[in-house]
Amino acid sequence: LSFDLVANVIIAGFLTGLVYGLMALGLSVIFGVVRVVNFAHGEMMTVAMYAATLLFAKFALDPFLAIAPVAVVFFILGYALQAGLINPFITRPEHSQFMLLVAVGMIVINGLLMAFGPDARSVQVDYQLDSLEFGEILVDKARLYAAGVAVVTALALYGFFRFSLTGKAIRACADNHFAAKVVGLDVKRLYALTFGLGSVCVAVAGCALTLLIDVTPSLGPYYTLLAFVIVIVGGLGSMVGALVGGVLIGVSEALAGLLIAPSAKSMLSFGLLILVLLIRPQGLFGRKS
Amino acid sequence: MKRPVVLLVIVVALALVFPWLAGPYALSVGTLILYFAYTTQAWNVMMGFAGQLSLGHSLYVGIGAYAAGALYYHYEIGPWAGLPLAIALAALTGVAIGFLAFRFGVSGVYFALLTIAFAEFTRIGFDHLSWTGGPGGMFLKVEQRETIDLLHFRGPPALYYYAMLALAVGALAFCSKLLGSRAGYYWRAIRENEDAAQALGIHVFRWKLLAVAISAGMTAISGVFFAFYYNNLFPEQIFNTSRSIEIILGSVIGGVGTLFGPIVGAAVLILLSEGVTEALAALGWAIPGSKQVIYGVVLLGVVVFLPHGIWPPLARRLGLRT
Repeated sequence: LSFDLVANVIIAGFLTGLVYGLMALGLSVIFGVVRVVNFAHGEMMTVAMYAATLLFAKFALDPFLAIAPVAVVFFILGYALQAGLINPFITRPEHSQFMLLVAVGMIVINGLLMAFGPDARSVQVDYQLDSLEFGEILVDKARLYAAGVAVVTALALYGFFRFSLTGKAIRACADNHFAAKVVGLDVKRLYALTFGLGSVCVAVAGCALTLLIDVTPSLGPYYTLLAFVIVIVGGLGSMVGALVGGVLIGVSEALAGLLIAPSAKSMLSFGLLILVLLIRPQGLFGRKS
Repeated sequence: MKRPVVLLVIVVALALVFPWLAGPYALSVGTLILYFAYTTQAWNVMMGFAGQLSLGHSLYVGIGAYAAGALYYHYEIGPWAGLPLAIALAALTGVAIGFLAFRFGVSGVYFALLTIAFAEFTRIGFDHLSWTGGPGGMFLKVEQRETIDLLHFRGPPALYYYAMLALAVGALAFCSKLLGSRAGYYWRAIRENEDAAQALGIHVFRWKLLAVAISAGMTAISGVFFAFYYNNLFPEQIFNTSRSIEIILGSVIGGVGTLFGPIVGAAVLILLSEGVTEALAALGWAIPGSKQVIYGVVLLGVVVFLPHGIWPPLARRLGLRT
């Protein structure tokens, strides 16, 4: 077990973690504003992964270029999902919202299973096996690009929330739903917009991940759980928290896979989740509610 | 006699004679319905009565199944000794989780995610526990299935059916007793407004723990049944989050917080699931996934259009009070 090996694993985990972080960011933004936990999050990302692999198979479109059309479609789908299905559930109890999104997730995974079968699909691009060398340290190009895209997307989203008027309006809804209504904000439309933006995060993360892992319909629930872990560890509703949480989980899973056993790696994540929930329920970067 | 009592007597009487009328397939479906009716009733104690959302009830099924199963597998100790152990272990686990969560003020969605985390943690733990066979599973010995051997809970399918029927009816009676007791009133006060309940002098922490303990203990009995009915246990199967969802579905579809909702919900769901399987097979459309898509669409419809579940409007139709 050499230092180089550990360093390589940590860097790979860090970069993958940023992509996980972007996926979780979508969940975090949606929860932070709409206050609904998207239990179909991983399932949605699986759809994005399928979209990227199909675009690659049909038109030889690079997954990084596929981000543009997939993100647009996902924004529309997310907007429609919130406006049509979830908005009426805002005031319903949590178990009711849970059931709604579980049903959506169930339809999504099994729809994919019907359409594409259970076999794993992947994309092969010519730079996939390339890597940058820094002495003994190798960094996969695809992984580096994926992480870069994730960071850029997260920054863009941050800029939107920080500086644009609509972004500020959405934050106002998150801070005080009632007051936002009083000052005349169209809360339902802003919620739909938020869900659309959360779905864009999922779309970008999904397209980027197709270069790192093969996609099967059954990935959905695993990534939903992973997104929960990341977001709780980082702090539900915190944008920085989601990325840091993603990196933390990415690195710790990579290290656990190397040092303990690959099959035990998510046990570590769930352990971390339990610890954070008990000791600091608002997460590392969350505000106390 | 009052109308509800008459209806209940008719349903129970039908359930009692069912094994004589049904073939082996129908009998297994009936057993499954009762299994889910019982298990979701147990979940309902925690969520429907006390308002604590657990999304990780497969944990208690698994603990019950593995506790009784391992005793039988390793030491040939029968289910009757395993049962109290299973109940105690699951109740203790539930109390431990509840203690930590409620002490640290974890509630609502966070509590629900915590229950998933514990179930998943345990699932992966059992995958690495060679004493119970790890991911390869644990297989309980079955010497005979012809004669009834109550001591080892072995016998023909009807035995399991009646056992489950007794459990389901017992749980119904127990839950109705609970609802009418001091605990039932306290729980509903906590469910509706925890702060107000606290202000009234209810020891919220203690009563919530009691709800978790009862719910977990009841669920462990399902686990013991599962172990001796199916005779093989895999962590991946029994602790999976989708198993927890199955447990919850019956109550949500039937009506959370009601006594008969979970039973009606379980029956509707199992009949729907089996019916769709049969229909798709008959039509030759049995593509993998098609059944779950239809199932998902129906669930979506029920959640959207019947926010309180099937039972409350059905009960009104039948002229019963809910």
